[in-house]
Amino acid sequence: MAENSKPSYKFNKSKTKVPMREQKPEERIFNFEEVPLGYTEQEATCEGQRCIQCKDKPCVSGCPVGVDIPAFMRLVGEGQYEDALRKIKETNFLPAICGRVCPQEDQCELACNLNKPQQERQPGGVGRVERFLGDYAMEHGLNVTPKCDPPTGKKVAIIGSGPAGLTAASDLCQRGHDVTVFEALHKPGGVLFYGIPEFRMPKAILVKEIDGLRQMGVKFVMNYPVGKAEPLKSIRDRFDATFIATGAGLPWFLNIPGENLNGVYSANEFLTRVNLMGAWRFPETDTPVKEIKRIAVIGAGNTAMDSARTSKRLRPKKVYLIYRRSRLEMPARAEEIHHAEEEGIEFNLLHAPLRIIDDGTGAVCGIECQEMELGEPDASGRRRPVPIEGKTKIFEVDTVVIATGQGPNPLLTADVPELKRDARKGTIIVDEKTMQSVTWPDVFAGGDIVTGGATVILAMGAGRLAANAMHSFLMTGSTQPA
Amino acid sequence: MANQIVAARLLAEKTMLFEIEAEHIAQRGRAGQFVILRVSDQGERIPLTIAHRDVAKGTITIVAQEVGKTTRDLNALKAGDAILDLAGPLGRATAIPEGGKTVVCVGGGIGNAVVWPMATAMKEAGNRVVAILGARTKDLLILEDEVRAVSDQVIVTTDDGSYGRKGLVTEALQGLIDEGLKIDECITIGPVIMMKFVCKTTQPHGIKTLASLNPIMVDGTGMCGACRVTVGGETRFACVEGPEFDGHQTDFDELMKRLSYYKPEEARSLERAEHACRLQQAADQLLAERDR
Ligand SMILES: Cc1cc2nc3c(=O)[nH]c(=O)nc-3n(C[C@H](O)[C@H](O)[C@H](O)COP(=O)(O)OP(=O)(O)OC[C@H]3O[C@@H](n4cnc5c(N)ncnc54)[C@H](O)[C@@H]3O)c2cc1C
Ligand SMILES: Cc1cc2nc3c(=O)[nH]c(=O)nc-3n(C[C@H](O)[C@H](O)[C@H](O)COP(=O)(O)OP(=O)(O)OC[C@H]3O[C@@H](n4cnc5c(N)ncnc54)[C@H](O)[C@@H]3O)c2cc1C
Ligand code: SF4
Ligand code: SF4
Ligand code: FES
Repeated sequence: MAENSKPSYKFNKSKTKVPMREQKPEERIFNFEEVPLGYTEQEATCEGQRCIQCKDKPCVSGCPVGVDIPAFMRLVGEGQYEDALRKIKETNFLPAICGRVCPQEDQCELACNLNKPQQERQPGGVGRVERFLGDYAMEHGLNVTPKCDPPTGKKVAIIGSGPAGLTAASDLCQRGHDVTVFEALHKPGGVLFYGIPEFRMPKAILVKEIDGLRQMGVKFVMNYPVGKAEPLKSIRDRFDATFIATGAGLPWFLNIPGENLNGVYSANEFLTRVNLMGAWRFPETDTPVKEIKRIAVIGAGNTAMDSARTSKRLRPKKVYLIYRRSRLEMPARAEEIHHAEEEGIEFNLLHAPLRIIDDGTGAVCGIECQEMELGEPDASGRRRPVPIEGKTKIFEVDTVVIATGQGPNPLLTADVPELKRDARKGTIIVDEKTMQSVTWPDVFAGGDIVTGGATVILAMGAGRLAANAMHSFLMTGSTQPA
Repeated sequence: MANQIVAARLLAEKTMLFEIEAEHIAQRGRAGQFVILRVSDQGERIPLTIAHRDVAKGTITIVAQEVGKTTRDLNALKAGDAILDLAGPLGRATAIPEGGKTVVCVGGGIGNAVVWPMATAMKEAGNRVVAILGARTKDLLILEDEVRAVSDQVIVTTDDGSYGRKGLVTEALQGLIDEGLKIDECITIGPVIMMKFVCKTTQPHGIKTLASLNPIMVDGTGMCGACRVTVGGETRFACVEGPEFDGHQTDFDELMKRLSYYKPEEARSLERAEHACRLQQAADQLLAERDR
């Protein structure tokens, strides 16, 4: 918007968020294009103006990285998009991504003073405005490469190119350090690339952000599984500090009979085949997924919704989502649950898988589930699901996707037993404030490898914390800022 | 250029050997480990064993048998071309006995490419190496000289008797056992059905037997579980916990079923590539005729 046509700031008293246009469910299930289409400038301005500029700013405390929400909402409300963008980028380096994938309803928007479900007042559309700004920056070429400080002569290794690694790389490069990112796969981005599907997070955005990092001078080494391609010890010898951001990529299975039958995938395998390897375009691409007639996706987190919605686009007859608890406990983002339902995915709550059934040739022909009901509240006050004696149900399916969680990626840690880890969870143990490992002062870790499967913004927050501490460490030998 | 092919050579029908520049893999790779590679941007990730390493030259050698689209694309490459993506070394290295042991390596078909580095490492550690190399017919036998160079004894078998002994590798193995050879360890790599029967041969004699498994893999980094195999009733990820496992505990039947899951898709993929190739040839021919 031109400088001279700035709308003056006025509050927008609408109870509800400015709606976002979306692809219609009946159309989008036949393509992999993005579902929500984003705000226009005018829509974003109107939504910015819904923020009432609270003095106590509860929204900011709700955001894991403390984005100055009222400030950027106001700037957007005034049509000052560039300034708003600058404001966000002070704390959040990937607004186009967080605006799309943050669980806002559990974070910034949950805390928002406007958020009064009983009165049908919706919170400020923080995520939507954030996404708008990220997209605006790309469309207008505003993602100018930030100026980096003069070279410090220090070399930093980042292991893993997910959101934690990318954030740390950006911050450290800006402070003048010589940064190299090592990635085991052939494409950078971590879960953002191999996990989250195109219709939710277009890969072009990620590619642009990574190109930006390259232009800043960050070096990327792909196909380099650290621990295997080079021992951590040798990386430590070559670099002044190392950040481990290898994520929680280890898929958990259910340990029920029949899990190794043909047609049973981990969500990671299913999504990797489709997203990273492009199997939805098979045979144009070389990696297949099997044709699906009926599929059961087990779980109810983002990974499960992504698997269910991805499979829907491969044109099956039926997609079941099976979850052993009730709707209240479903961990996925509200928007994904909503989109999944709109797309005709059949939710079967309070069903716990018992066994996967062999069709006699070693392939899946069904999954038997125990029906559950909600019992007495437990210590946490939540009503626990308990089996209903004698009631089971068989879903006739040819494909099962297990999406019940992931553990820390063991690829690196398996080869470095000295690196102290949580004995039970396998996560790397660090100082919470500095992300410095308790094992070696020059080794830091953050993101899902420290927390277990969490969120993009938490991983980015950890990347930033680590970068700050690593900078101090590199310049002064201590993680405490001078 | 990264991952450049410095030498390419046809070993047998549809089987190519490539020597590739990959310094860090040459340096860190160990017998039993593999690489995952991709030939084109639309391509699949496939695992191939590191058959040989030349640390001084910074090269690794892989041997690929054409069985589908990706191996077909790979085997069409020539010296001077580069492999688009090459990740490794992956998997665990073969556990090599410290020396003084008698080890029998049983390979079949393309598996002989894996016997080569294993036998080499076994020999270097001071073990006595007996290699049994099987092939369908003489022309398909690969790497005999290479394996001979690092073995104390080599027995070749062919199904049709065109070279070496006529018969199966298991018969040769049984022969060694019957002769009273004291075998400390057996290691086998080849078609699943062959490995299964090698394990059946050694089991009654309590000979420790490792099988190098070849399940379908996607990432090769422990992230997807496509490579899961059942060993001793437990699910294991072959790419990070293997590829070698106790052969007497391995569920080979499950592995065979899992390997066949994508047969129709693989056929489609190959058919499409061959069709494109025929179209190209036809077009080239037309152009050539026009120019004439
Ligand atoms: C399907 C799916 C959907 C999700 N949806 C959402 C969502 O909507 N919103 C949200 O906030 N969160 C979501 N999450 C969670 C979120 O993606 C993760 O919390 C986040 O990506 C963690 O970031 P990270 O940088 O720690 O690790 P990752 O993104 O996991 O990246 C780790 C990278 O390290 C690489 N690596 C591992 N080992 C090595 C090694 N030895 N050497 C070199 N490289 C190595 C891996 O290949 C990977 O690329 C989702 C997760 C999944 C799986
Ligand atoms: C650890 C390991 C080491 C191997 N070493 C060698 C080697 O040194 N030389 C060699 O020629 N082959 C080796 N293989 C087998 C090789 O990976 C497959 O032949 C190759 O992936 C086939 O791909 P394709 O596209 O040409 O054929 P496709 O048409 O895709 O498949 C043909 C057959 O190959 C198998 N296969 C398919 N995709 C994969 C995959 N991603 N991973 C594993 N198997 C698959 C299936 O059984 C399939 O039926 C190895 C496999 C493993 C797991
Ligand atoms: S980064 Fe995420 S949590 Fe923070 S303000 Fe943006 S959308 Fe909300
Ligand atoms: S709580 Fe809501 S209304 Fe108040 S400043 Fe934050 S976003 Fe704006
Ligand atoms: S190939 Fe993906 S976990 Fe082994």
